Amino acid sequence: MLTITNLHANIEGKEILKGINLSVKPGEVHAIMGPNGSGKSTLSSVLAGREEYEVTNGEVMFNGKNLLELAPEERAGEGLFLAFQYPVEIPGVSMTNFMRTAVNEVREYRGLPALEAKDFLALSKEKEALVELDKKLTKRSVNEGFSGGEKKRNEIYQMAMLQPTLSILDETDSGLDIDALRIVADGVNKLKNADNAFIVITHYQRLLDYIVPDFVHVLWDGRIVKTGGKELALELEERGYDHIKEETGLLQ
Amino acid sequence: MNEQDKIITEVVESDYKYGFTTDIETETAPAGLNEDTIRFISAKKNEPEWMLEWRLKAFDAWKKMTEPEWAHIHYKKVDYQSISYYAAPRSTPKYKSLDEVDPELLATFNKLGISIEEQKTLTGVAVDVVMDSVSVKTTFRKKLAELGIIFCSISEALHEYPELVKKYIGSVVPVKDNFFSALNSAVFSDGSFVYIPKGVRCPMELSTYFRINAINTGQFERTLIIADESSYVSYLEGCTAPMRDENQLHAAVVELVALDHAEIKYSTVQNWYPGDKEGHGGIYNFVTKRGICKGVNSKISWTQVETGSAITWKYPSVILKGDNSIGEFYSVALTNNYQQADTGTKMIHLGNNTRSTIISKGISAGKSNNSYRGLVKIAKEARNARNFSQCDSLLIGDQCGAHTFPYIETANESAMVEHEATTSKIAEDQIFYCNQRGISTEKAVGLIVNGYCREVFNKLPMEFAVEAQKLLSISLEGSVG
Repeated sequence: MLTITNLHANIEGKEILKGINLSVKPGEVHAIMGPNGSGKSTLSSVLAGREEYEVTNGEVMFNGKNLLELAPEERAGEGLFLAFQYPVEIPGVSMTNFMRTAVNEVREYRGLPALEAKDFLALSKEKEALVELDKKLTKRSVNEGFSGGEKKRNEIYQMAMLQPTLSILDETDSGLDIDALRIVADGVNKLKNADNAFIVITHYQRLLDYIVPDFVHVLWDGRIVKTGGKELALELEERGYDHIKEETGLLQ
Repeated sequence: MNEQDKIITEVVESDYKYGFTTDIETETAPAGLNEDTIRFISAKKNEPEWMLEWRLKAFDAWKKMTEPEWAHIHYKKVDYQSISYYAAPRSTPKYKSLDEVDPELLATFNKLGISIEEQKTLTGVAVDVVMDSVSVKTTFRKKLAELGIIFCSISEALHEYPELVKKYIGSVVPVKDNFFSALNSAVFSDGSFVYIPKGVRCPMELSTYFRINAINTGQFERTLIIADESSYVSYLEGCTAPMRDENQLHAAVVELVALDHAEIKYSTVQNWYPGDKEGHGGIYNFVTKRGICKGVNSKISWTQVETGSAITWKYPSVILKGDNSIGEFYSVALTNNYQQADTGTKMIHLGNNTRSTIISKGISAGKSNNSYRGLVKIAKEARNARNFSQCDSLLIGDQCGAHTFPYIETANESAMVEHEATTSKIAEDQIFYCNQRGISTEKAVGLIVNGYCREVFNKLPMEFAVEAQKLLSISLEGSVG
């Protein structure tokens, strides 16, 4: 589904990603862990197509297409979804209006007819229930005045609505209390199936108690320095990143 | 090129959608302005003698006045002697049904998406269409007449209700109020007249579509709305103009009178031709709009969505004379390319416990300039007057300008006046967030701008709000590469 080969990326002339290689298949959950500044958020931004990042080398293939040649909205149309670490507020635009525009734009890209208001509302209701999103939030402006937990839940609601094939969760667990974390994780687990995949970017192990990964990758200084199963996350939690540094330092 | 630059470029390059002309034979006065011109107009309309005298007095006053220069706008001064001051469709019959209406005219409205049939059947809006100065069509007159409501052209009103016209015309906007109001008083061609009798709540939105349609013919509408005691009316004014090479002058006067316990809601969606991408052509819109809350507990509310015109000079105002009266001004002004807008309001508090609210949203794109200019004046005798003003500016790109000129004059200690102002840009983050959800940058900008204006759109009647949103989208259309 997703193949990243030797990906290098800069921001403002500074190289952040220094040769990422990663392959994700349908049905898989990949966790990417790493200390601050290791390039985790840069990776998600580059995959989603944020302008300020410059790809200097490498290739990203997504469902047979060259992802890096697509505009951000085309990537969304192809089935890539990014749950933002800091969801953005859009004053005056109701969540319903925003979501309906998004759903219909994505449907148009995929060659599907626009949803009638009635069908849209039915779909929305179903997905709201799935992620336990307060119905009142859909009437409010996008993310405006939402609590930290509400914002993250709102991201998962949007994910549910857009039915992506690959979802990237960028530190979705940051700032969440344990209940909110559980709800977000439950949402992801309900959406998980044999045809879609997840990349969960996180700083801490605790999210992985709820979203169990098939692979754990350790990102350090712009490279994936270690890959393992879910037990790698526990090891990291116990022994810290310094241990990995030492270990990989030895490997180098 | 970053996204913001792309948007600007695309906005600048998007063409005016409604640029077409209708070929209807017109009867036009020769260019130039003198007493004879005024006599010609008055005679054409078969006006009573007092009206002609009123016009001539206004002309005398105008000759002694000079064009105002205090506004934050720059333009080549109008040569008032090169303009023709009267154009009427050659035949000016009163149609019984739409079948009798010139099909060209109907086609024009259809192109604009303003199908009269549709309006008649679907929305129940009575339409008094002003096409080049003379009313050609009025619907729903009968139904309104049953309630005693008068809704007709001001020319007709001069014949059928001369006393009402004589009593109120010029009572809110005096002839000598300003250069353009004096000019309008001298040469006004036509416009709408509304009278709502005591205790009557007008059951439908009254609506007029204006359209400039003859080369080099300035349009000088005159609108007068009177809401008698305890009555209510909502009036809609909307307009688009066809593409023109030369600047066209538009200097309307609108007067509103609300008596005791009466309420007038006046909504405008304005989309005059703004000129081309280089700033050539386009309408000069120099309008004087003012209402008076004459009676106690009366209310006047102006809502405007301004997307067109090369130059807009417009300050819909309210004189709060009656005790406990309320004045409101809700405005969205969007400028693009080389458009210039200097718009705002005046709230003049004279009565006790009078309240006013001002919400102004300015959006500047391209190389345009957008100014808010507002005056809140609390007279010495006005006890416990209150005002709240909020002026927000949104900048799209870095070549446009937004300016705010608030004036506050308070002569009574009990007054409470609040003013808030913000200036913001559409954040890259907001656009990227939309992009990531599959929404193109063009649609995202439309969405964000419409969201920014929501407070004002909420004040518009439903069908008008939809039209206003469409207009904003058209103005921002093609904003993405």
